[in-house]
Amino acid sequence: MQFTIEVGRYNPEGNYDERAVAGKPYPPPWDKASPRRYQTYTVDLPAHAVVLDALIAIREYQDESLAVRCACRSAICGSCAMWVNGHAHLACKSKLTTFTKDGKTRVEAPPSMPVIRDLVADMTPFWEKHHAVKPWLEAKQPEPPPMEEYRVPNAAMEELIQEVSCISCGACLMDCESFAVNPDFLGPQALAQAYRYAGDPRDAETKERLGAYSGPGGIWDCTHCYECVTQCPKGVAPLEQILKLRRLAVDAGFTNNAGTRHADAFADSVKHSGRLNELTLLPRSVGFFNILDQLKTLPSAFNMIRAGKLPPLIHKSIPGVQRIKNIFARVGGRFK
Amino acid sequence: MRVAFYPGCVSKGACPELYVAVNAIAEPLGLQLEELTEAPCTGAGVISEQNPELADALNGLTLAMAESKGAHLMTICSTCQGVLSNHNHHLKRDSARLDKVNATIGDQGFRYGGTTEVKHLLWMLFEDIGIDRIKAAIKRKLTGLKIAPFYGCYILRPAEYLGLVERPERKTYLEQLIGLLGAEAVEYSGATKCCGFPMLTFNRDKSLAMAGNHIMEAKDKGADLLVTPCPLCHLNLDGQQPDAARVLKKPIDVPIFHLPQLLGLAFGLSPEELRLDHHVVPTKGALEKVELKV
Repeated sequence: MQFTIEVGRYNPEGNYDERAVAGKPYPPPWDKASPRRYQTYTVDLPAHAVVLDALIAIREYQDESLAVRCACRSAICGSCAMWVNGHAHLACKSKLTTFTKDGKTRVEAPPSMPVIRDLVADMTPFWEKHHAVKPWLEAKQPEPPPMEEYRVPNAAMEELIQEVSCISCGACLMDCESFAVNPDFLGPQALAQAYRYAGDPRDAETKERLGAYSGPGGIWDCTHCYECVTQCPKGVAPLEQILKLRRLAVDAGFTNNAGTRHADAFADSVKHSGRLNELTLLPRSVGFFNILDQLKTLPSAFNMIRAGKLPPLIHKSIPGVQRIKNIFARVGGRFK
Repeated sequence: MRVAFYPGCVSKGACPELYVAVNAIAEPLGLQLEELTEAPCTGAGVISEQNPELADALNGLTLAMAESKGAHLMTICSTCQGVLSNHNHHLKRDSARLDKVNATIGDQGFRYGGTTEVKHLLWMLFEDIGIDRIKAAIKRKLTGLKIAPFYGCYILRPAEYLGLVERPERKTYLEQLIGLLGAEAVEYSGATKCCGFPMLTFNRDKSLAMAGNHIMEAKDKGADLLVTPCPLCHLNLDGQQPDAARVLKKPIDVPIFHLPQLLGLAFGLSPEELRLDHHVVPTKGALEKVELKV
């Protein structure tokens, strides 16, 4: 079968190609994305071929100047994550027949990462985040006797199988929407790894970890968009692990943050009226004594009032709200 | 067609124009809205992440209320759709979880049998109401308008819970609808991205940058307006747009329509009947393109 591949090539002198996202790099920090140009190749491959087969065929038989990073070709090593048609995928796991759109497949280095050359992204931001969460176990005392291992229940390790499956390909970070506007965000891969260690019964520093992840750039800076869950080629579902970390952090007492206040205000409103009280949610989440941030929200509030979009001043409960109160009393946990 | 209508908190709170608009288009679409007035908030994912058992019970109660009406549960909010789909997906497949829910809501006189289908209005348009019915209701083609679709995360991801694996065409309904109404759909990468609303309270400037970037990308591609099936996206894209412009340090000025407002315009309703005069970003410029005034 003939396949047309449009490859984003490194172009140190040119400007970012007009046909790239919205005429220029979008959104930040992609405005720092390296300039590129697109070059089209045609390859003849069997129907079952993947994007990486095409890239290797181009490099071997058509254009030896094409730079591409790959190793195992089996979705194990994590080397070949790149943008295929505008989203991060492993090139070795992406079938050409699935990805061919309007007669071609576009392949490029993710604009969210610096580019070394052609399809080879500089993964430094990824590894910095990975190391920042201390991806190792701090030995719990007392250590087991010599020649013996730490023993943990099977169930505790089964809980972590999903996170252990991570191959550090970086696909989740490449498409992370919070990272796109907030380069300081630890990101989905690092936080999923953080849970792998914080959730391990052999770790001695779980509480310190949870405190660190509750600060700026941590678990509360995730926008909950599920892009990482969609893009992860190994089913790690990083967002689900971030949510587990949020629960652990709140249980460990790290509650003095907007994320926890937001959850508490939300649940409180539903418990008392069955529905959300938008008037009190924002100020309660920001914190009543956080005057500076409260002031920041005022212009928007005035705009909404002027447009007639003010929620009712008297917040009414739904009919039958006692049912909701009873449910909270029964399974509400800390929201009781 | 009868539906168990779940309006969601925001259409009865900060986006009252959405509630008005959906009621206005129900008749031309042949929808009989039987509102679930006693159904609680879904928790918008916030309760699910902190206390999954509580969220299971609250959403199980809503699913049971719809089940007793013997009709689809219709949402008009991507977030409500996402949360209800998520819990419904698990309750239909995990009998232990369903039993737990039934033990809790059983005390309140309800039982969920696991048969409710949760469908956003956007899906119902194509899967239940049908293209022919929509075409028959059109009285005013929106020719000349360039419209950028904005789905909202929770109607797209995770695909597995939302039935997108079986029905991948759900990812294209907005574009199809825009074409059907006579307008042109703008292709841009922001259509399927996050509006930033979930982190508005934690990280305001980053949230607004997210919203602003997507609108600006659509504007650069020629969009006269954005249309969204999610009122939470609307709150960030419209309600916070002047602040997003301050964060980006450039003017934005792109109106954001709710899905039912766009349908209503094509069905010949006036902008006032659809409350298009109750937006933070004026809709005037876009309406003038189809020779309408507010």
